Amino acid sequence: MALKIVKGSIDRMFDKNLQDLVRGIRNHKEDEAKYISTCIDEIKQELKQDNIAVKANAVCKLTYLQMLGYDVSWAAFNIVEVMSSSKFTYKRIGYLAASQCFHESTDVIMLTTNQIRKDLSSPNQYDTGVALTGLSCFVTPDLARDLANDIMTLMSHTKPYIRKKAVLIMYKVFLKYPESLRPAFPRLKEKLEDPDPGVQSAAVNVICELARRNPKNYLSLAPLFFKLMTSSTNNWVLIKIIKLFGALTPLEPRLGKKLIEPLTNLIHSTSAMSLLYECVNTVIAVLISLSSGMPNHSASIQLCVQKLRILIEDSDQNLKYLGLLAMSKILKTHPKSVQSHKDLILQCLDDKDESIRLRALDLLYGMVSKKNLMEIVKKLMLHVDKAEGTTYRDELLTKIIDICSQSNYQYITNFEWYISILVELTRLEGTRHGHLIASQMLDVAIRVKAIRVFAVAQMATLLDNAHLLTGNTQRNGICEVLYAAAWICGEFSEHLENPTQTLEAMLRPKVATLPGHIQAVYVQNAAKLFATVLKGEEGNTDSTAAQEASQLMIDRLPLFVQSANLEVQERASCILQLVKYIQKLQQKDVEVAEEVNALFAGELNPVAPKAQKKVPVPEGLDLDAWINEPPSESESEDEQPKAIFAKEEPKHSRPRHTEVDEKELARRREARKQEQANNPFYIKASPSSQKVYQEAPGVEHIPVVQIDLNVPLKVPGLPMSDQYVKMEEERRQKERAEKKKKEKKKRKEKRSGRGKKHDSAPESEEDITPAHMVDIVTEEMPENALPSDDDERDPTDPHKALDIDLDKPLADSEKLPVRSHRAAEAQKSPTDGETENATLPEPKKKSSKEKREKKKDKERDRKKSKDEKKKKKHKHEDKEEDLLGGQADEPVLQSEETSQVAEPPASSSTTAEVSDLDFWLSNAPVPSNTQEAATVVAAAAAPAASVTAPNSEPDEPKDTEMEEMKSSKHKKKKQKKEKEEKEKKKKKKHHHHHHHGDGAGDESVQNGTVEEEEPLPPMSNYCLLAENSYIKMMMEDADEVYDIQGNLQDGSQVVVSVIFENKCSSFLKSMEFNVLDSLNSKLQRPEGSGPHDGLVVPFQLPPGVSNEARFVFTVQSIVMPQKLKGTLTFIVKNEDDSTHEKLDFKLHFTCTSYLITTPCYSDAFAKLLESGDLKSSSVRLEGVNMPFHHLLARICFHHHFSVVERIDSCASMYSRSIQGHHVCLLVKTSAQTVSIDAKCDEPTLLGNVLDEIKQTFSQC
Amino acid sequence: MIKAILIFNNHGKPRLSKFYEHYNEDTEQQIIRETFHLVSKRDENVCNFLEGGLLIGGSDYKLIYRHYATLYFVFCVDSSESELGILDLIQVKPCRFDTIGYCLLVFVETLDKCFENVCELDLIFHVDKVHHILAEMVMGGMVLETNMNEIITQVDAQNKMEKSEAGIAGAPARAVSAVKNMNLPEMPKNINIGDISIKVPNLPSFK
Repeated sequence: MALKIVKGSIDRMFDKNLQDLVRGIRNHKEDEAKYISTCIDEIKQELKQDNIAVKANAVCKLTYLQMLGYDVSWAAFNIVEVMSSSKFTYKRIGYLAASQCFHESTDVIMLTTNQIRKDLSSPNQYDTGVALTGLSCFVTPDLARDLANDIMTLMSHTKPYIRKKAVLIMYKVFLKYPESLRPAFPRLKEKLEDPDPGVQSAAVNVICELARRNPKNYLSLAPLFFKLMTSSTNNWVLIKIIKLFGALTPLEPRLGKKLIEPLTNLIHSTSAMSLLYECVNTVIAVLISLSSGMPNHSASIQLCVQKLRILIEDSDQNLKYLGLLAMSKILKTHPKSVQSHKDLILQCLDDKDESIRLRALDLLYGMVSKKNLMEIVKKLMLHVDKAEGTTYRDELLTKIIDICSQSNYQYITNFEWYISILVELTRLEGTRHGHLIASQMLDVAIRVKAIRVFAVAQMATLLDNAHLLTGNTQRNGICEVLYAAAWICGEFSEHLENPTQTLEAMLRPKVATLPGHIQAVYVQNAAKLFATVLKGEEGNTDSTAAQEASQLMIDRLPLFVQSANLEVQERASCILQLVKYIQKLQQKDVEVAEEVNALFAGELNPVAPKAQKKVPVPEGLDLDAWINEPPSESESEDEQPKAIFAKEEPKHSRPRHTEVDEKELARRREARKQEQANNPFYIKASPSSQKVYQEAPGVEHIPVVQIDLNVPLKVPGLPMSDQYVKMEEERRQKERAEKKKKEKKKRKEKRSGRGKKHDSAPESEEDITPAHMVDIVTEEMPENALPSDDDERDPTDPHKALDIDLDKPLADSEKLPVRSHRAAEAQKSPTDGETENATLPEPKKKSSKEKREKKKDKERDRKKSKDEKKKKKHKHEDKEEDLLGGQADEPVLQSEETSQVAEPPASSSTTAEVSDLDFWLSNAPVPSNTQEAATVVAAAAAPAASVTAPNSEPDEPKDTEMEEMKSSKHKKKKQKKEKEEKEKKKKKKHHHHHHHGDGAGDESVQNGTVEEEEPLPPMSNYCLLAENSYIKMMMEDADEVYDIQGNLQDGSQVVVSVIFENKCSSFLKSMEFNVLDSLNSKLQRPEGSGPHDGLVVPFQLPPGVSNEARFVFTVQSIVMPQKLKGTLTFIVKNEDDSTHEKLDFKLHFTCTSYLITTPCYSDAFAKLLESGDLKSSSVRLEGVNMPFHHLLARICFHHHFSVVERIDSCASMYSRSIQGHHVCLLVKTSAQTVSIDAKCDEPTLLGNVLDEIKQTFSQC
Repeated sequence: MIKAILIFNNHGKPRLSKFYEHYNEDTEQQIIRETFHLVSKRDENVCNFLEGGLLIGGSDYKLIYRHYATLYFVFCVDSSESELGILDLIQVKPCRFDTIGYCLLVFVETLDKCFENVCELDLIFHVDKVHHILAEMVMGGMVLETNMNEIITQVDAQNKMEKSEAGIAGAPARAVSAVKNMNLPEMPKNINIGDISIKVPNLPSFK
């Protein structure tokens, strides 16, 4: 009793948690549903309580029940409540539940927007992480639209953990909100070169996923991915990239050529099976895309095939499976190389794993030849016998037929063998492919004349033993075979040994159990047989046999007259009456055989499936013209009965010729012949192949003597196909002896045959001559059929399948990303459209000249639209300020910072990218090994872009001095190429501002004040380094600074981009870049070179060309600015002579170049200031005559700061050095005076930074 | 893209289901059943690929699975994921896929580390934890992290946070759950001392 009370109180105090629930369910196995329903009631009670812990516990249990299949959507609101808990523990439970059961139509999702936004910007990285993870599962278009900007900001978060998740979730955002793709793409592209491998891999992942759907638009990234491929060591990333290349190569064959070499190297070197597999796969894709153009890649194919062989030989079933899968891809283009591994593939047929056997079967298709067909099929037949599951057996069956019938029976040398194989296949129980076997039988019997005698004998036996086939179930698919058997026996009844017996077999009562369409054929062909019997008995004086046959028909046919099947009934009653009449005549001893046979006179020709389509429309015939007056409305009622009739017609998919009444057909044929003879548009009879065929039924086609020598014409019972294998061997031996004689004949035959499209394989290929050489009757085509190449192909031709494969990625264009591009374009001013990849494929087709022109045009356009865009930007800023003022607790990143981080160093205009891609594809030499490839390609890729510029966050110029120099230069030399590029860059920046504005909402735009609409002066980041008459060097001020060590104390690296431009008309080569190292800063040289050796610039410059190279410097201390002296030496090569030249320059590293734009939240900023670790300093700028937001923008741009908070004319700013120093600024302005109070943990650095800021503004 | 990650036992009881595309509960259960049906009839020592079922995906999708003791781990992926790569994710074969980075991390091994010798019971009672581990590895159907150490670090950090949040208040709850988790199968139903018979109350929550 006491214990009970205790237990009760415990229950009240500690509600049932997840573990208890699970335990309870396990203890109530017999009444689980009932137990769970009581649990759900409890949970409902718990959810009503105010205690968040109780609620979270309830939600946690609901998540479990959801997995068991219970709908928990009624608790959606409670889940949102738990999500918004401030405690991580509960938040996580809430988000997990949401991710499991929220979806687009969950209405409470719209309540979550603000909560999620808050979590995304939480100072606790795990709150953000959990929110991102949850969001990835239930993001809706609305959420995507509202949060896209927040997530994009997170892509530049300081924590790789968050960056990684933010990058990955962008894919989901793109899917739901396609408009976000264009604005976010540049930053996504930056992340491809993120220092953190996880972030990098996430970015690769997203872009690959995007590109897979739409490879075209991502072709421009090829150089960048190529660089990654040659440099990355992360196999996961490599696999993704290589897969991506597999999708890209079909679009750009030149890319394939470039890839072959490094891929081959990877194949040689890697030990990771997954990577090897992907490489092989892509090489195959490349080879397919190159197709015939490159004959010298047989080495690569050989390599692939060899490697695949290793996979297939492996004991690991997975590798085996994948090896076979890849092998089948090679088979399509290079069947020869696969054929040499026939042994292995045949071996796989014996594998115990069905998946593997199926793969091997696919490959067999390309393995067969005239020599081995019988052997292979024999093996398959063994499998058929052994196969237990019907699926696999059916698969085997179709494969056997596919293999034998491919390329118009090209590999079959002995059709008797084939017929007996087909007959053997009929013994399969319960196969679904009866119709397949049947159509093969029909096809062979019709088209191979010499085989008819044999085929008819076999079919007669089949009919005799029909009861074996039909078995117990009527649904047995194999009875379709009887359809073929009956038709063949009827149509070619003159070859029957004992027609009476067959006739008897066809009229057995059991037949009535067969499906209707088969019975119909039975009845019809019984009539044909009857005619044959009459004919056979005609000469005899004793007419009992003929009369018996008539009696048999009269006795048995009434069974069919009663049939429920219309077709059967109709035919049966018709024939019954006919036979009754014949019987009457017979009793009067009238000779009827002749007349009865006339019913079925003539022979059917096989008609090509496309013959109808190919009949040319005679001149002057308008098929669309009305023959009579168009029917009036009222007439439609008259047509009704017709439609009903049509509906009732049986719709069996049978060969056309059997469906139409034979007599009718013959009549029509006659009529047609008549008509053709009178028709001036038809070529007259004499050259008609049809006639030749009919008048000379294969007399000269069939080497009758030869066949008789080898083939026993009287086969007792059903011969086993195996016999034929033996016979075939004998025959071949014999043939070899007679070869000479035969060859002569062959040649003759070949000439005599009309131009066959389906002519069997060229004789040179195989020495074996088929037993029924010319028997394959070509399908009939209308006389003047239009020749067309493409649909002439056999549908089973592997090349046709290949065609489809290649087209597939293109056809995918309706997928989301493309739409997104278009949609986004539509919204923007026309100039915006040009700037990104969306338009890529279009200009690509144009010649390079056109491109250049277009570029110029764009340049002009851009200038025009520039002002407009700037306006937009300012509006946006204004809006941001509003936000700051309104919701101070919500740390919103300032627009300046956002835009600058988003600034795409990587995106020059479309045309530039395209031409660069062209350049990259055409000029860069194919490297001979991977290592080299990496460097050379990296170099070649550099111009491609400003595209490839890595981790470009702090992309702004910091060196004012140089900046100014550059600016002036800029004006002077507008026509220069880099100038254009710079322009483009600037353009980009604004462009992106604009997007941010879009993303964040437009409501506040109207509030923009007039004063703020003043455009920002252009800011750019290339400055002149040195110049002489030969060459000009420009340095990108935005030394990209990053700390690759990840160790802040250990010295950091600075990357300097230098553009070299050839100004003279000579060729510049052997450029060496050298810098005198100081104690503090050193140029990073390759291992093994001395401290004074120069670095070879990895490219040469033809006249007028410029290119960009990157140099890495190691810097010890960053508190002082640095100046380094350097020299560039190079050779000027003219037509006849060459001279050595050199150019001196000075590299200037300012202190701000060591700062990284880092976002900071106001609360963190406040904490930092309160900590008291920072030394302060201040500076006063007089006479600064610019709007405050310009001032901030300049500081942000040139000195890599980000705005933390701005209130009126006062702003706090933050930046961090590469060695982790915090730099905080408080900027105030009043009447042309700007005071900057600064704090930093390193006073020297601070002093220098402030000096530099001062300098920036003194030059304004 | 990964379309779904499923764990179920030899009898087809779901132990974890994570769908990266929305289906209603009934369809989810059907998919689990169908997948179980496909996977369970395959022999051991055959390859781990299976052309997809009808409900989930179609020809573009593949089932990749592993069978460990009483559990099936099934990833349903489309053609963009490398087949072998996903297998690596499910579990590494150290001798074969001895490459840098992603091979170190595998789902099962991570579970193994996090639960210290994982068994089916761990998954049964701590499905939420499994979800949290999975979330560090796969996000929205895409592979997020393949470095096992990184995953474990993040999972541990989050668990630590949870613990610190529970703080002192969490102590009694933990004690109770420890008591609940005690295995008391041998608890006698009746205690007989001489002629006094005490009936031990039934304590379902103790089992």
